[in-house]
Amino acid sequence: MGLAYALQQLINGITLGMIYGLIAVGYTMVYGIIGMINFAHGDVFMIGAFLSLIALSGLASLGITAVPLALAITLVFAASLAALYGWTIERVAYRPLRGSFRLAPLISAIGMSITLQNFAQVSQGARVKPLAPLLPGGLVLTRAGGFAVQLSWMQIAIAVTTVFCLGVFTWLVTRTPLGRAMRACEQDLKMAGLLGIDTDRTIGVTFVIGAALAAIAGLLFLLYYGAIDFYIGFVAGVKAFTAAVLGGIGSLPGAVLGGLLIGLIETFWSAYFSVQYKDVAAFSILAITLVFLPTGLLGRVDVEKV
Amino acid sequence: MAAEDAMPLLAVRRLGMRFGGITALDDLSFTARRGEITAVIGPNGAGKTTAFNCITGFYRPSSGELSLTRPDGGSYALAKMPGHLIARRAGVARTFQNIRLFAGMTVLENLLVAQHIPLMAATGFGILAILGLGHYRRAERQAVEKAKSWLERIDLLARADDPAGSLPYGAQRRLEIARAMCVDPVLLCLDEPAAGLNPSETAELGALLLRIRAEGCSLLLIEHDMNVVMRISDHIVVLDRGRKISDGTPAEVRADPHVIAAYLGEDDESADDLAPEVVP
Repeated sequence: MGLAYALQQLINGITLGMIYGLIAVGYTMVYGIIGMINFAHGDVFMIGAFLSLIALSGLASLGITAVPLALAITLVFAASLAALYGWTIERVAYRPLRGSFRLAPLISAIGMSITLQNFAQVSQGARVKPLAPLLPGGLVLTRAGGFAVQLSWMQIAIAVTTVFCLGVFTWLVTRTPLGRAMRACEQDLKMAGLLGIDTDRTIGVTFVIGAALAAIAGLLFLLYYGAIDFYIGFVAGVKAFTAAVLGGIGSLPGAVLGGLLIGLIETFWSAYFSVQYKDVAAFSILAITLVFLPTGLLGRVDVEKV
Repeated sequence: MAAEDAMPLLAVRRLGMRFGGITALDDLSFTARRGEITAVIGPNGAGKTTAFNCITGFYRPSSGELSLTRPDGGSYALAKMPGHLIARRAGVARTFQNIRLFAGMTVLENLLVAQHIPLMAATGFGILAILGLGHYRRAERQAVEKAKSWLERIDLLARADDPAGSLPYGAQRRLEIARAMCVDPVLLCLDEPAAGLNPSETAELGALLLRIRAEGCSLLLIEHDMNVVMRISDHIVVLDRGRKISDGTPAEVRADPHVIAAYLGEDDESADDLAPEVVP
């Protein structure tokens, strides 16, 4: 066992961490631009998982069973519908409160989170929804003392999808005028407006991108665990939020790094100590990090804007 | 051309701004003419920055009108426009007393952000660019070209890829002006551009502002450095405690007893600023 077992945990932890990272990007992006924690973000992830399940069942009943094709269609379907959710949430629940006191949008976000959970519960039922494994099997990397280190096709698919999405996202933020506008708004919203950037639209686009990434994470979660319910958004949301804070809220590479760390901590703790206390481990490490690095691992000390 | 040069560009009529019980601006009227440098001066707390904030959409004025003449002869009512449209449609750009560059972005990116509108239009609002269609490449090249021409003028071309926040103070001031100019404004509003500059930087700044005027952009300027104001302004408006107390050419303002009283009455330091200019 020993090394092989640890290697297996590393693979599992990175897979889980990638899903957290995708969600965390949405938290950190919204925080960066309007300084608010979007508590409904985890529930957009849950909606994305349900949309994926609906799309996969629909495609199966239409006879489209080629796995890569079905996954690609599902990904586009879930990401675009969830993007619409994200845009609507911002438009309805947050934009009217801009310029209000700081807690108002936060409370509105909690309300939105509960609304989405109940919406999913009422429309889809409260029971756990299973999905038959789409990509069974995998590669056996190495065998040691009766323990086989396996890299499943599913884990490869998750890694490829995540790296691809984050690649597109990074290109969008660093290379396009839209990304430039987002970064400008993140640094000084009012000034960006004075230079002619439509800040409301830019904020809307931020929510759209965050929601699309969360929905992709929802699809990956559904594929990985094979079961979802209306409550998954809460736990995954809190974990991803923790990841964003751990990496340094407002920092995009920090969100991904934080996601990977939380995934690894959880997995290794479950493997070597106890599954019941895995969340305690993750949150304790968050608390310890924040005591010594209050801005997170990659966060910068923010100069208060005048 | 003289007649057209003297056309009013910005008309401020009976502008008032109150914050709770405090009247920051009271019944302020003046005109900034096309192709001129108009300076707004006055002791501290006179309401200069408040007037600027109203003109550039930072504040909604409590009363009064602001109208900016359009190229076609009509006018924009600035007091009723949202902030981003004041920059985009009406063509009013501004800088602040405290520097507000996007410190974490590169010098070049700061100038590209200011050209966001034409660039986004060329990308078909993001959609065409993702598909690699449209005139995006050409538009981007033009934007970079324009940014570089400004960097050349303000002598920062060599630092185009450095973070804006790493530049020395004087260079940040110049970059801020260049960024505002990349919006292609008809009216550039500068709030104390010479603050904190050394004499040689101030002289460079004066030359830059005169060159901007020569290129056809009108300027509205708040400035405490009387040497700069008297040397480059075509027209000066003097405020004191929210009201206009004088309005005219530098020579007229310098000789106006109200102005001298306002500066002498305020404190010795401001009076010293003006005094050498008053005594011939």
